[in-house]
Amino acid sequence: MIRALRMNRTKLIMITPAVLVIVALIAFPIIYTVQLSFTEGLGSGQAFSLDNYRAVLSDTGRFWPAVLRTVIFTVGALVLQLVLGIGTALLLRRPFRGHNAVKTILILPLVTSPVAVASIWLLMLEPNLGIVNEVLGWFQIAPQGWLKDPGQAFPTLILLDIWQFTPLIVLITLAGLSGLPEEVEEAAVVDGANYLQRTRHVTLPLLRNTIVVAAVLRGVDAMKTFDIIYATVGPGGGGGHTAETLNVYVYGLSFDYIEIGKAAVALIAFFIMVLAVALLIIRRAARE
Amino acid sequence: MSIAVKTGRITKSMRALAIVSVTLVAAFPFVWMLLASFKHNVQISDVSQSFVFSPTLDNYVSVLETNNYFQYFVNSLTVSLGATIASLVLGVPAAWAIAKFSMARLNTMVLLARIIPAVTLLVPWYLLFSKLEMVGGYPALILSHVFICMPLIMWIMTGFFASLPAELDEAGRIDGLSEFGTFLHISLPLSVPGIATGSILAIIFSWNNFLFSLVLADTSTLTLPVAIYQFMSYAGIDWGGLMAAASVMTLPIIVFGLFAQRYVVAGLTAGATKG
Repeated sequence: MIRALRMNRTKLIMITPAVLVIVALIAFPIIYTVQLSFTEGLGSGQAFSLDNYRAVLSDTGRFWPAVLRTVIFTVGALVLQLVLGIGTALLLRRPFRGHNAVKTILILPLVTSPVAVASIWLLMLEPNLGIVNEVLGWFQIAPQGWLKDPGQAFPTLILLDIWQFTPLIVLITLAGLSGLPEEVEEAAVVDGANYLQRTRHVTLPLLRNTIVVAAVLRGVDAMKTFDIIYATVGPGGGGGHTAETLNVYVYGLSFDYIEIGKAAVALIAFFIMVLAVALLIIRRAARE
Repeated sequence: MSIAVKTGRITKSMRALAIVSVTLVAAFPFVWMLLASFKHNVQISDVSQSFVFSPTLDNYVSVLETNNYFQYFVNSLTVSLGATIASLVLGVPAAWAIAKFSMARLNTMVLLARIIPAVTLLVPWYLLFSKLEMVGGYPALILSHVFICMPLIMWIMTGFFASLPAELDEAGRIDGLSEFGTFLHISLPLSVPGIATGSILAIIFSWNNFLFSLVLADTSTLTLPVAIYQFMSYAGIDWGGLMAAASVMTLPIIVFGLFAQRYVVAGLTAGATKG
């Protein structure tokens, strides 16, 4: 009894500071945001109102397109990253000369700040002096506007996300592969399965859990992409808001337009979206 | 019998070609950044001087001397180290308690902190910090970066502590150690690799963070990502200067990442490959 009490006290002392900080940093802001969403604005002290919800949810000019763009960005980037990442991991699975050097290089995009990535690609994709258009020219391909072209900026940003984060899928898949029992695949070889059959029916099913967790983490992060969009096309998602995702939209409402009440509504929508996607994928994975 | 099947020369060279392409695509932008940081702007726009040119240090001199990047560098270092140390002090004991007494609900809370969009927090933080007259100061910045570092460290450390055999703690108890004593004298010394993994990843993520400093820093506490952003948003970009600034920010973290490669990979893949 005394021992149980003491254990409880120790537990409390060890946990309380961290929990307090998390609550102060996270719970308070969320509650405050909900409250703000029902009021006119800062310090107006006005009564409960649904005006912000009406305004944001009926905004077909920027809010809904931003929601749609967030979905396209996340799904597009994630699917391509999974395909390319798993493919590359299978390619790198068996040791070869320079194996470690290749893995080391693949870490570089992941540890680089998205803002630095943005600056490098802004130069490389610069329509007039960028190396990418120059190389395309060698193959008689007309120069593209890339990030400078409102019509191309959004797909280009998806490409940049793929460049930066496909290595994460590669590393996670490689780690998963290294934990697989060799015997199962050897049995499949004995049974006469060729490489493609083994990969499709043995290796990938065994990697299922690893891939699901990787997809959840990457998917949630892709939905929250902000830095590289803001740094390349600028506030508001560039000219005509053609590259504006929900995150960039919310940031603009909060800090450029100071429409705190409306921003709160959009934030709640964003938060629910992220949470729903995370839960959905985890649930589905748990069921199967 | 090994799984590796005999492959023909054609498949073998195709595989080699694919590996080389992947590596080039990942590495080339960094090479380009470094090269451009040693070029004058005339050389940057001249294809014939892509790889062969007479290098200059002018960009670095101007970035470090005129544009105050040394100060921003120190700011970034202060914020990321401060936030990581604070997160270790708060997060490691908490992670131990969560792991040892398997508190699933708290574990979920840590995960929630990982998936919540950071902008959700920024407006209330900004209002709170301005009321306390903390906007623009190091404490507010460091506190905001604790939001990045602590959940990361707790996530990694909870997994690490859970994997330590329970018998060790029991042995400690028999020898008369208190609960806290087993943490201090048994778990903590064994968890050095986990702590290294968590800290390294926390420093990297904090160093790279843009959003919090964008809102909460002022000109004297600006961190490198925001400084580079301001450089980029000028009307006419000084590309050589920008690439030098980007190199000043990127190279230390790359060297750090390469040096601690094993821990970086362990941290990035933590949680995904278990169970």
